Amino acid sequence: MAVTVKIPTQLRVATGGEAEVEVAGSTVGEVLDAVFDAHGDLRERITQDGDLRRFVNVYVSGEDIRFQQGLETAINEGDEVTILPAVAGG
Amino acid sequence: MAIENLKCKECGSAYELGASYFCENCFGPLEVTYDFSGLGAEEAKRRIQAGSQGIWRYADFLPIEGRPNDPLEPGQTPLVRADRLAERLGIESEVWIKNDAANPTHSFKDRVVAVAIAKAQELGFETVACASTGNLANAVAAHAAAAGLTSYVFVPANLEEQKLLATGVYGTNLVGVRGNYDDVNRLCTQLAETRPWAFVNVNLRPYYAEGSKTLAYETIEQLGWELPNRVVSPIASGSLFTKLGRGFQEWLDLGLVEGAQPVFNGAQASGCSPVATAFAEGSDVCRPQKPETIAKSLAIGDPADGPYAVEQARRTGGAIDSVTDEEIRTAIKLLAETTGIFTETAGGVTVGVLRKLAERGELQAGERVVVYITGEGLKTLDATRDTFQMHEIDPDLDSFESEFRQEVAV
Repeated sequence: MAVTVKIPTQLRVATGGEAEVEVAGSTVGEVLDAVFDAHGDLRERITQDGDLRRFVNVYVSGEDIRFQQGLETAINEGDEVTILPAVAGG
Repeated sequence: MAIENLKCKECGSAYELGASYFCENCFGPLEVTYDFSGLGAEEAKRRIQAGSQGIWRYADFLPIEGRPNDPLEPGQTPLVRADRLAERLGIESEVWIKNDAANPTHSFKDRVVAVAIAKAQELGFETVACASTGNLANAVAAHAAAAGLTSYVFVPANLEEQKLLATGVYGTNLVGVRGNYDDVNRLCTQLAETRPWAFVNVNLRPYYAEGSKTLAYETIEQLGWELPNRVVSPIASGSLFTKLGRGFQEWLDLGLVEGAQPVFNGAQASGCSPVATAFAEGSDVCRPQKPETIAKSLAIGDPADGPYAVEQARRTGGAIDSVTDEEIRTAIKLLAETTGIFTETAGGVTVGVLRKLAERGELQAGERVVVYITGEGLKTLDATRDTFQMHEIDPDLDSFESEFRQEVAV
């Protein structure tokens, strides 16, 4: 499944300035692994011990993956995966 | 005294004092650090006491250069003894109510917004914005108007009418988002990347959050330079709760006050209690929730400072509890009847948790407890509907006498 992954501005230094990364995968975990394969520097910034860091939020077409199956959340054709910092608001 | 830099609370990475709010290495929140080494306790106290009658008297402890000229300066709100409330709760503790509804736009959000707007101006922004559950919307719209800045205020579209009206009046761009607060917050996090705006609680959040420390400072001053033994505070994002702790700690470290951190009791609504749930489970992971509560000002299902709030409650021997909507309504009335203070639903949550602590026998005789009331009852009038009855009579004596035959002894 081909999907677009949106990268926050502050992390684009690790993607060579790209705001979006096109990758393939059938779950969020696979998609993120594909992103890390392309831009290795991102893995450590976003994950720790194989899990998302505690202040990283990931959305699939606008819905927080913690309300779905986390990294196992299925990806459908055309979905958009967004990585955002969790420390806003309040 | 000097403002140093921004530092990640997770990994310690340092950043320049700009409009940034999360760590590029680990996504952790950034916090302002200071060097207080040049500031002695006596000198600090003198500067505070010679200052204004509002939050800028604490300018040495806020991340702003100088002392802003602030036409809507918040702060110095009443701290009142609540003996009749303690009596109704059957406790012999010394209960104090910090009534922060007595601010320019009637909530504690004036404190954080005053700091954020001052910082926005310092950094040269011309437009300010926020993601809000209502109180922040009021404050941003008003303070932006006072400062002559353009503002955009994003709220859940189903907010209480009072809070919408009390925002729109200031001439802001009021945007009602079809979704809950966490949806609004996500949208604003994305907009903060594409618009050159100062989102007070997104890209200016490290500065904004510092404003809450002034509630701790005022408490100490108003108690005659003493600390309370315990505080009861609402938790939405957990920012106020943790910044109260930071404020107390800074003055302890500086020698402005003696003693120890108070016990921290946090208050959430049962319909949105990710932090209370994490505390109860012994975890520091706040699983997000879809809020369903009348306490809309606390309805943050994905609290940014949740893990730190849990840690603070544990470290101080406190707890984080939650109360139902019915308990919130009852507590609003209890506070109003015993103190003359009419709070919005968030205050009902806080007083409801105070009541729970009393019922559990956790409040000791002589213990000094400060309860933070963060917003005004007129903003959530629906919560009081049908909690009392009006006597309707004809305009004559007989009508009055017959209505009050039992009650009035002539």
